[in-house]
Amino acid sequence: MKERRKRVLQALKGLGEKIYTQIEKGRFPWIEMPSRSTDNIYYDPELRQYILGDKKIRRSAGNIRHIASFTKLVWTAFFVRELTRERKTSTLRDLYYSAQAYEMSFKDQAESDNIITDLETVIGHAREDFNVFPEERSAVFGDLTIEYNVPGYEGKRLNLTSHPDGVMIGPALTSADFVKTSADKVIAIEKGGLFTRFIEEQVYRKFNAILVLTAGQAPRATRAFIHRLNTELELPVYIFTDGDPWGMHIAMVIISGSANAAHLRDLTTPDAVWSGVWATDIVNYKLPSDKLTDVDIKRLHELARDPRYKGELWQREIKTFMKIKKKAEQEAFSRYGLTYIVDEYLPAKLEGEA
Amino acid sequence: MSQIFEHISPADFFYRNRDIAGFSNPSRAIYSAIRELVENSLDAAESIGVPPDIFIRLTRIKESGRGVSVYELRVQDNGTGVPSQHIPSAFGQVLFGSKYRLKQSRGTFGLGGTMAILYGQITTHHPAHVISSTGDSRIYEYRLSIDIRRNRPIILQRKSLNNDRKWRGTIVEFRLEGDYFRAMPKVLEYLKQTAVVNPYANITFIDPRGRLYMFTRATTSMPPPPKETKPHPYGVDVEMMQRLIQSTDARDMLTFMVETFHRVGKSIAKNFLKFAGISPKRDPKKLRPDEVVHLVQKMKIFDEFLPPDASCLSPLGEELLKAGIIKEYQPEFIAAIQRKPSTYSGHPFIVEAAIAYGGNIPKKGDIVLFRFANRIPLLYDESSDVSWKIIKSINWRRYKATPDMPIAIAVHVCSTKIPYKTVGKEFIADRPEVSREILFAIRYVARKLQKFLTRVEYKQKELRRLNIFARYLPKIARFSTDLAEKKRAPNVDKLIRSVKRIEED
Repeated sequence: MKERRKRVLQALKGLGEKIYTQIEKGRFPWIEMPSRSTDNIYYDPELRQYILGDKKIRRSAGNIRHIASFTKLVWTAFFVRELTRERKTSTLRDLYYSAQAYEMSFKDQAESDNIITDLETVIGHAREDFNVFPEERSAVFGDLTIEYNVPGYEGKRLNLTSHPDGVMIGPALTSADFVKTSADKVIAIEKGGLFTRFIEEQVYRKFNAILVLTAGQAPRATRAFIHRLNTELELPVYIFTDGDPWGMHIAMVIISGSANAAHLRDLTTPDAVWSGVWATDIVNYKLPSDKLTDVDIKRLHELARDPRYKGELWQREIKTFMKIKKKAEQEAFSRYGLTYIVDEYLPAKLEGEA
Repeated sequence: MSQIFEHISPADFFYRNRDIAGFSNPSRAIYSAIRELVENSLDAAESIGVPPDIFIRLTRIKESGRGVSVYELRVQDNGTGVPSQHIPSAFGQVLFGSKYRLKQSRGTFGLGGTMAILYGQITTHHPAHVISSTGDSRIYEYRLSIDIRRNRPIILQRKSLNNDRKWRGTIVEFRLEGDYFRAMPKVLEYLKQTAVVNPYANITFIDPRGRLYMFTRATTSMPPPPKETKPHPYGVDVEMMQRLIQSTDARDMLTFMVETFHRVGKSIAKNFLKFAGISPKRDPKKLRPDEVVHLVQKMKIFDEFLPPDASCLSPLGEELLKAGIIKEYQPEFIAAIQRKPSTYSGHPFIVEAAIAYGGNIPKKGDIVLFRFANRIPLLYDESSDVSWKIIKSINWRRYKATPDMPIAIAVHVCSTKIPYKTVGKEFIADRPEVSREILFAIRYVARKLQKFLTRVEYKQKELRRLNIFARYLPKIARFSTDLAEKKRAPNVDKLIRSVKRIEED
């Protein structure tokens, strides 16, 4: 993690030097970055994620339409360099407000978020690397000991079973080093209720698992965290979501990433597995279900065409959904008693994958 | 059954029909009385090439109830003065005037001054008081009233005074019933616009409240005075032709044509007579009546007559028109045009127009229109006027003008015969020849305004552009200095200078 911080600081300094030199030579400074427009986003089957193509855009301070966002980009670089040097963090919202102190007001947070994404593309690091985070809501629980790197906690260790509600996946945890674990798998769960149930039912112990709550669509920090669990600790990842097109896509973004993050690496976990709730589960387990809405069906059609969904499992499940026109939530298993999902469904599913 | 035909005198006629002469109500009466006398005074000074000095005083004598009062109006000028023997008729007889000639002047009906005095007499039964001198050794002073039924002046008193100081001018003082407080906005607007279109005049007004309004001249240069002119062939009717034939000394038609008509030379006269099929050698006095009719008809359709020249007209000129508007409104921008002389029904006319932007021009949510005819402002019935209709027909967006802008347009029509629609002389009728000239004039000045507005817009845009660079470049320098861990920020002045596309001018 310390290495990464150094690289970020070096990249920011390099950006500053480039601009400084251009001005000194009497030229309008400019920077080049890969275009993030949809016509420059490709799915790379080898990397199994979206990537950016070769198209570049040039942003120049000599262009009246660019100069404001150019300045905001330079300010953002300046601001996150301070953050990184002082090992402080900022939320996206904080950053939006901080700009006002420099008479650099962003129109809205959407603009500042966008400029941060620009900066990610320019220096080739995710914002988490320069200490800018979204509001957190995801959590982790399991037998994993980590060592903090944040100021005031350097060297401090924590076992992630210490808190019965789980530990929030925030900046401190994201930048921590992994020390040791007895777990042999990771289970990612979409909903808080089930996450709590799994902790209560000691799933982490019974199945030797680290539990990650994605709380809906997984934030980038959580995806990066799962990626690290998978690559650094070589743990297989199983994902449980609701049985509908939206749940499916939560799993897919953890596995193959999103178009929005096509400029970034190390956010995806291509070997992670979507373990349920499948459409076929709804049939096989006779789960209580709701009818698919028009919006759901439209979404299924979109997913059917998406290159990330080429795999056999995905196509089969999409077809089944369309056939049965039903969806089921994770909680639907409670029909068979509160522990059924842990005692019967989970072992069967994990076995099926293995 | 028998019908009784009653002869009525012109004075009686206007007494019964005072509405059409602009005396329809107490408020309008005040306005019209001031206007008629001021215009006579302006004409009197201009006719001898003297910059007019006009003094107007309106005093309230007594209330007559319901907002109406008896006022005393006094108007004094430094004009030519009226010869003693003409004073009674000039001020005590309707349709007596010195203006029945073919040249441009303000009044055309010979009604103005006398009509005001007549109105004063019928509302107050008080005689008028006239003092005048032509600048010789005597000053004459009359007390007059009008015998309405016989259209005759009644001289109540006549005095002759020594003129040791060689004073020249006319003072008219009479009483009338009216409502100044309702008339006030129009009266003041009238004086202001009169000052615009007569920038070489000093006009002073003391109103019944004792307030002093002064419109001071901005220049002493005056437009050249109009010359009298011969009639133009296009403007002649059969009756007039017969009179011309009666009074001519010419023995043959060729000489008659050349001597009688405006801008008709030998070769045009020859061509025309050939066209009309009348021998150049014919004696004009021996033409048969049907030949006279034929001659007039042919005159109307012969297209080789030269347009009347404008020497009988006295337009203001672009510079004076601009000077008048600048004097009263101090606009940021002004453009003016004088169109070439043109003619309708044989009457020459010239259209002048000006457009002004900014300064003290009010933002009315619409273009402010100043209408002038023979150097008098027209204030009533704006929406019936041809200029107003033309302005409304123009797509102003094409000229970058929007209704919220302070824009004024002045249109001045001068002619030996302004095509008024009514005796009240308040709006100009929609004659195709006249309206075309007005349209071209307005379009021309509108294009000038467009250029100005484009320049303003460009400058504002450039300023905004420069401001953006000037605002952001120093910040970029500062933040990049910090990022690059340098000590001193690079200088961005050169870069800011390089984006300047306009010079301060």
